[in-house]
Amino acid sequence: MERTLNLHLKVWRQKNRNAEGRFVDYEANNISTEMSFLEMLDVVNEKLIKNGEDPIAFDHDCREGICGMCSLFINGRPHGPKDAITTCQLHMRNFKDGETIVIEPWRARAFPVIKDLIVDRSAFDRIMAAGGFISANTGGAPDANAIPISKNVAEDAMDAAQCIGCGACVAVCKNSSAMLFVGAKVAHLGRLPQGKAERERRVIAMVNQMEKEGFGACTNTEACSAECPKEISMDVIAMLRREYYRAMLKTEE
Amino acid sequence: MANEVKSRNAGKLDAKIPDGTLSEKWTNHKFQMKLVNPANKRKYEIIVVGTGLAGASAAASLAELGYNVKSFCYQDSARRAHSIAAQGGINAAKNYPNDGDSVFRLFYDTIKGGDYRSREANVYRLAELSVNIIDQCVAQGVPFAREYGGLLDNRSFGGAQVSRTFYARGQTGQQLLLGAYSALMKQVGLGQVKLYPRHELLDIVIVDGAARGIVTRDMETGAIESFSANAVILATGGYSNVYYLSTNAKGCNVTASWRAYKKGAFFGNPCFTQIHPTCIPVTGDHQSKLTLMSESLRNDGRVWVPKQAGDKRAPNEIPEDERDYYLERKYPSFGNLVPRDVASRNAKEMADAGKGVGSSGKAVYLDFADAIKRLGVEKIKEKYGNLFDMYKQITDEDPYKVPMRIYPAVHYAMGGLWVDYNLMTTVPGLFAAGECNFSDHGANRLGASALMQGLADGYFILPYTVGGYLANLKADKLTADHEAFKEAEKNVKDRITKLLSIKGNKTVDEFHRELGLVMWDYVGMSRNEKGLKHAIEKIKEIREDFWKNVKVLGENEELNQSLEKAGRVADFLELGELIAEDALHRKESCGGHFREESQTEENEAKRDDKNFSYAAAWEYKGDGVKPKLNKEELVFENVKLTQRSYK
Repeated sequence: MERTLNLHLKVWRQKNRNAEGRFVDYEANNISTEMSFLEMLDVVNEKLIKNGEDPIAFDHDCREGICGMCSLFINGRPHGPKDAITTCQLHMRNFKDGETIVIEPWRARAFPVIKDLIVDRSAFDRIMAAGGFISANTGGAPDANAIPISKNVAEDAMDAAQCIGCGACVAVCKNSSAMLFVGAKVAHLGRLPQGKAERERRVIAMVNQMEKEGFGACTNTEACSAECPKEISMDVIAMLRREYYRAMLKTEE
Repeated sequence: MANEVKSRNAGKLDAKIPDGTLSEKWTNHKFQMKLVNPANKRKYEIIVVGTGLAGASAAASLAELGYNVKSFCYQDSARRAHSIAAQGGINAAKNYPNDGDSVFRLFYDTIKGGDYRSREANVYRLAELSVNIIDQCVAQGVPFAREYGGLLDNRSFGGAQVSRTFYARGQTGQQLLLGAYSALMKQVGLGQVKLYPRHELLDIVIVDGAARGIVTRDMETGAIESFSANAVILATGGYSNVYYLSTNAKGCNVTASWRAYKKGAFFGNPCFTQIHPTCIPVTGDHQSKLTLMSESLRNDGRVWVPKQAGDKRAPNEIPEDERDYYLERKYPSFGNLVPRDVASRNAKEMADAGKGVGSSGKAVYLDFADAIKRLGVEKIKEKYGNLFDMYKQITDEDPYKVPMRIYPAVHYAMGGLWVDYNLMTTVPGLFAAGECNFSDHGANRLGASALMQGLADGYFILPYTVGGYLANLKADKLTADHEAFKEAEKNVKDRITKLLSIKGNKTVDEFHRELGLVMWDYVGMSRNEKGLKHAIEKIKEIREDFWKNVKVLGENEELNQSLEKAGRVADFLELGELIAEDALHRKESCGGHFREESQTEENEAKRDDKNFSYAAAWEYKGDGVKPKLNKEELVFENVKLTQRSYK
């Protein structure tokens, strides 16, 4: 049933990349439990604008949990208190009346804050550009059924391919490691027969770029997988390591 | 209102359909187009705006050929465009299940589904290319669903009687987009594509009658920058957000298409908008967007309402004989799989008759009880697990136990920039691909066809037709220093200054909501003359009020989300009027456009082929001046026009 809540917000405000940030308190009153978390922020922003105050900047787009644009560290957890969803899918019924909610941006050296709750995740794109692909130029592909792929292999690849590139894994990791993100792509492409031809080049290039971007190393805390909105499994990190060692043994690059 | 660069008259409407029989046209055309020598390709610059399926696939494919490509998107990464949210699947005439599919049947279904308001030659080419798309995507590593034998699995979708839809769980759009994105990123890594994320197109620059570049705003710093090129491709998506509530992403907007329209590109069939039948109903005024539940759910879900109006019992308490499975009753051969427009209109009819369910009464049930009994929970979970989870997340109800509540919502724009067979607009050198053009879906799009069109345009059509255009150009040394760029930049800056200086008392969202309500009430699922005229007046009023009273805080030289929204809403406020004008002039009903004055005795859409068998292409004539209607007569040589019937 629909109820309304009164909430205290502590929101990270930061004017731009170079400015110093700080927490600012806001009251969010008469918030319907049917609202999504981002709709709650919309309501707060509308009020701020009416009062002539700069609204809170936050990234969002599809608002249905798939584009990976929304982020937010909510009460110390990426994408808030529920498992396996993004912030845009989080509903206010998961909060209590009178509760204080702390809202922060992703925090990692490789993800600098641009404004308020918005960070720069272009490091992920550069990792993808380094090797996150199968080189199959348009045209001339063989018939889609030419290579049978067992259902299990296709499903395993799909499990890894679900990554939405939101960066929650990095944000929650005490080392700001991007191993889950990179592992997911290496596992997705490496599990499929089409991806085997360039598996060595791919994993070395992606790992090198990952290190260049300033992401930390993995120490198997498993927080990344626990907080991943798509529940990408730790298996992909194991696979990333295997692929990397295998590639190091096979190539001289 | 801000100044606009004077539009040029783009001349006659020639669809440039190649000669020959339907099945020969594309092959002949590919041969007849001039080629650009491989060594010369690197001398050409191509701008691609948008990184959805059409934009990413076009940018990647053109870069692979050796062109220098600049790719722009408003999101923070090229992996996020709203193609990513397409759930159900992608059609292709592979006929793997051996159930009678063929290129001609896919063509025929698409033409019929579009209610005979699309161009035969384009639709046939789309059906023809559909098979290559699947091959290309599999080669890139898109993990489509497979059978135990290792071959690809198919399912069926609305408006078709064969199983031709390929899918990757309920995330087909995501997987296809990530495929195109990875191809794009490979070219970025090679330096063949330069990527500009968080850049919004704010104008298109025309020099000597051809599109030669764009002006953008860097959304982080506010810098207004110009980029020159030999051809510009818009792949900027649809305009459903003119309704405020839609299934589109919050950022989806018409600005790029609208700038193009004001520079001389004709706008095709703007009133052809699609209302998707299976969305999660609205809960309150705070609602910021609507969430779609894939149409594939209609394969196993049964749509019903109580027979008795005002029946407020819980669904499980309503006995079988007091339920009206109205789609199965009215359309016995297609049942729950009737096309989207038919399903949507029927849901509205039930709600209007007081038979709607849920607290608002604006919903119908989509019930999986029978399917769960027949197939078991596990099988249903495997097919639709993520959709069921998403529904539960949003509504707090468990669809494995109680029927889903669904209601129609605006979803897709069949209308868009008018393009010829080469996907070029009426402005030479300006191309439009994917949802932002008007090309293939006529008055109604069939499910699983948007992904097909986006990728056909980007992977397989533009790489040829853009080359064909460039091959006829003389190389020149035009740069962004040309005065046309300076003029466009100045117009862009003036408009931004204007928006920031109004300092009124209503927020951008308030205006957007106001516009959305007018659009939904009078230019929505069913339209009539009186309502449309009223809408046109209302939209003008809202627009005037906007330019006097909008409140946009902050400055240009910063990340300013209110300013971004204000620019987009200003354009929606003009587009809304054009949609209503187009809907008013088209006195027939067809596909998603339902005019109450034109219906059969059974309340089905009634076309008027004698008077309206054309694509409407609207030409901008200046602010405050009525746009000019140009007509592209549609010629049907291969299908017989019939009253659509799904009974």
